[in-house]
Parts: sequence; C-alpha cells; structure tokens
Amino acid sequence: MNGVGAHFVLQREGFTLDAAFSAPAVGVTALFGPSGSGKTTLLRCIAGLERAAGSLHVNGEVWQNGKAFVPTHRRPIGFVFQEASLFPHLSVRANLEYGYKRTRPADRQVHLEQVLEWLGLSRLIGRSDPSSLSGGERQRVAIGRALLTSPRILLMDEPLAALDANSKLDILPYLERLHRKLEIPVLYVSHALDEVVRLADHLVLLQQGRVIACGALSETLSRLDLPTAHLDDAGAMIEAVVAQHDEAYSLTRLDFAGGSLWVGRVAQPPGTRVRARVLARDVSIAMQHPQASSITNILEARIDEICDEGADKVVVRMGIGSEHVLLSRITRRSRDLLDLKVGMPVYAQVKSVALMA
Amino acid sequence: MMESGLAPDDLQAVWLTLKLAATATCLLLLIATPLAWWLAMSRTWYKGVVSAMVALPLVVPPSVLGFYLLLLMGPHGAVGELTLALHLGTLPFTFAGLVIGSVLFSLPFAVQPIQNAFEAMGRRPLEAAATLRANAWDRFASVALPLARPGFLTAIILAFAHTVGEFGVVLMLGGNIPGETRVISVAIYNHVEAMEYTAAHGLAIGMVLFSFVVLLGLYLSGGVRMVR
Repeated sequence: MNGVGAHFVLQREGFTLDAAFSAPAVGVTALFGPSGSGKTTLLRCIAGLERAAGSLHVNGEVWQNGKAFVPTHRRPIGFVFQEASLFPHLSVRANLEYGYKRTRPADRQVHLEQVLEWLGLSRLIGRSDPSSLSGGERQRVAIGRALLTSPRILLMDEPLAALDANSKLDILPYLERLHRKLEIPVLYVSHALDEVVRLADHLVLLQQGRVIACGALSETLSRLDLPTAHLDDAGAMIEAVVAQHDEAYSLTRLDFAGGSLWVGRVAQPPGTRVRARVLARDVSIAMQHPQASSITNILEARIDEICDEGADKVVVRMGIGSEHVLLSRITRRSRDLLDLKVGMPVYAQVKSVALMA
Repeated sequence: MMESGLAPDDLQAVWLTLKLAATATCLLLLIATPLAWWLAMSRTWYKGVVSAMVALPLVVPPSVLGFYLLLLMGPHGAVGELTLALHLGTLPFTFAGLVIGSVLFSLPFAVQPIQNAFEAMGRRPLEAAATLRANAWDRFASVALPLARPGFLTAIILAFAHTVGEFGVVLMLGGNIPGETRVISVAIYNHVEAMEYTAAHGLAIGMVLFSFVVLLGLYLSGGVRMVR
C-alpha cells in the first residue's frame, strides 16, 4: 500500500490523542486544526519522536505495529521543526551535510548543489555561525538539511509559524516550488488556513485529538458540516489556468471548468496552473444576472446546501459547473428575502479573488 | 614573598597532590558523564534520590565522609573484606584509597556542571539529530558533547581544584605517608604543628595563588556555572 496510513492512541494529562488518517503517496497533506488539537503530536508520532500505541505504515513499509517500532534515525523521513533547530556548534555547510553524511551513499538522491539551488542557499553556505542568519534563512537551511537525507516522506511542523510576515512571504515560494518538484508525500502541520490553501492538496482536520475529516482539499474546505467552513476566512479554492492578459486594463483572466474569473494582472504566462481562493464573505448572491454592476466576476451557479451560522448568518454552498464550488456567507434575512432553496439556479457575484500561486 | 625553593619533602607533596587530582578528575569524568546524562534526561521519581546522594558531599563534613569510607574500606568493612579476599590488601593509607575518597568527595562538582549543560541544551538538538539519521551514540558524540563543552570545562576545573584543596577526607583515610598519601594540605598542617611557619607559608601561598588562578580562568572564560 502506498502513501501513509496511521492510527495512534496516546494518553496525556488532560489530553487524549486518538487519531486515524490516511494520506496519498504524492502531494501535500495538511494536518490542520486549532492549537491543542494534537496535530504536532500526531506528526511527532509519525517521526517516532513520540511513542504512542497504534500502527503506522508509510509507502508500504511498517514503521510501527504492536511492539514493532522503527526508531526515528532508521525512518527515511525529513523533519522540519517549527524553530529551525540548527546545530549551533556547526557551520551552515556542516548543518546541511549532517544528515547527508549519515545517509547511505546508495540512498542519496538529493545532492548539495540541488538543494542550494532549490532553496537559494548558495550565498549562505559559507557562513560559519548559523545564528547569524535571519529567521527565514535559518528555516531554509533546516529544510535543505532535511532534504539532503533524501527522505521518502517530508514532515513539516508549522515551519512558518515562528517567522514574521516578511520571512513567511520570503519562504512560501520556495515551499511551493519544492512541493511541485518532490515526488514524495509531504505532511504539513498548520493552524493557518491561508497557508493550507496555498500549499496543500489534501486535508486532515483535527479537533481535540481526533480526526474529524480527511479528504481532498477543495472538497473538504467546502463541507458545511465542518468547522473550516465557518472560520472568519472560510472560502473555496478553485484550480484554474491563466488564460489571457488584458494589458489595457491590467487584468488577467483565469479559466476553469464552468467559468472564468478576472483578477489583477499576474506575472505568470498563459497556460500556468494557479490556485484562486474566494472567501465566503466576498461572495454575494443574485437571482437575476445583474445588468449594471461594478462587479466583474459574476458566475452562474446552483445552490447545493445552506447552513445556519450563528443567529444572523447562513453559509451557502454553490456548484459552479460540475467540478467547482463557491461558498457565500450572507445574512439569514437575505436568504429569506430571496427565498433561497437547495437546487435553485442563482448568480454568484465575486467581489475579490486571491491568487495563491 | 615565596621562598626561593621548596624542601624535597614538600615538592613530593606537591607532585603527589597533582597526581591525585589528575587521577581523580579523569575517573570523575568517566563516572560523572553518564550519571549527569541520566539525571538530565530521565523523568523517573527516584531521580531526586540519586541527585540528593550525589550532592551529599556538598553538605556532609569531609571528616564524616572520610570516617565512613575508613570503616567501609577497613579490614572489617564490606569493601575491605572484598579487597582482602582478592589479595589486594586494604585501601586506607594507600594512594588508591585517597583516589576513591577524592572521587566521592568531588562528585557533585563534576556532575552538576555537566548535568546543567545537558539540561540547558534540551532535547531538541538530539531530536533533530535523530531525524537526520544519527543513532544514539552518534547523537551523543556529535551533538551532546560539543554543546555541553562549557559544562565539561567547568567540571574539570572544579573537580581538579577541589581535589587539590581537600584535607578532611585525606586525613581520615590516613594520609600522612610521604610519597603515598601526604598531600599539600596535610603537609601544611604538619608544618604548622611543628611551628615551621615559613615552610607552611611556602605551600599555603602557592595554594592561594593556584586557587585564584583557577577561579580567574573560570570567570574570564565565562564558562562558569557554579553548583546550584
């Protein structure tokens, strides 16, 4: 069996982890949940840094089952901690080479020059003291150090959480490129929805030590029975292709099955696959196609589900074409005024689109 | 200030003291390193019991420690009976006996700085090393030892200096045999008993200077983390 299959049970004072999930053999699976939901503990169990009862197989190998337990240093993992955790007594180069030297030559598939290029580390490798690096640079070295063990799975524990906003923006493009380049599964722990939407393909949702949902990202994000649809920055994710640039108005059209969206001019050439994120609070609903409106993006849609949220709001899930969905957060009064019902054809007016890559 | 030279007897005492301190320090490192590692990493309840036992020489008068060692290693003590059965004689009034006494007496001075250094390092560097394919010995040698180096330096200096200065344990274990157990502190005591103040001065001022230099070195290097 390829991919990851895990089930762990761990009792701690005031906390119980009882989590089972599976993740595909390629792509990024986000372990997402509020702090204290057990996502970091779960990741540490997969690395063998915590010893919980349960079972774990990765890419067809059993790493834990009953009494069988492969110790951390024999697991072909790459682990990135929240703080870079570089060895302070070693130079940047020695940090990078620490795991490489300890990887059997026959297993070495990633080499120093590649990592220097992927992560933009050529300028930094001559530094003797890793504490002279900035937070973002340190984390890039830590990621490179992990990759140089040629891992068969990459485990990342909120690698951006300890960074300031600028360092985050600095490192995100590297992560995106990396994930497209690597042909290994990545488990990515995060409590920031925007990061998850940007990077992940699959989502494992944790709450109080339990897995409450597990599936493809866009599907799971738009499930109204899950808490993710009711976060302030809840929304839908649409995979689209850059179709056309309008130089006169400095706009770009993104196409997807079932419609298209205009966004501010992007740098990517036509044909590039991108992710567009549309927040539920930026989508309103109209019964007729608005004739005169400042809103550019108006999509034909069909109401799939309506769910109450608090006393005054409802969240509406709409299908666009056969593959895509949008969420819209409107007031309960609007729903009653428009008499919205499941199955109705409507027009979704999209006020704002965020391009994730 | 100092006499131009020390008497041959006193020189012998200086040499013996240095030999004792060096031997005890080497043994202490071998014993204290695993002990400090265990104390720093273990989470069991009896860790406190072991810590208290290690720290005992900080509080118990040296004469008390020496007294019980004398009983234990004497012909009727458990250790003495063992050494006799092995045809090794008894340990009191020998250099080996002094080494054992010194090791026990200086144990907290070696264990605590190393333990502090291991604790300050925390588990994270070791976890990082484990995810980078390093096995337990490798992690210890390539991460823990270098990161705890200041602790080791402090431990070596404190253990050595403390052994040089000890008196009570030596006296109780029968230390006044020239070339075998007569160390500097005992030699000073002898001189004073014999009213040879000049000779006592020669050794005593040397001890003061030695101690000052050791402490100066510790503080200037910034590596000092005195015992808790």
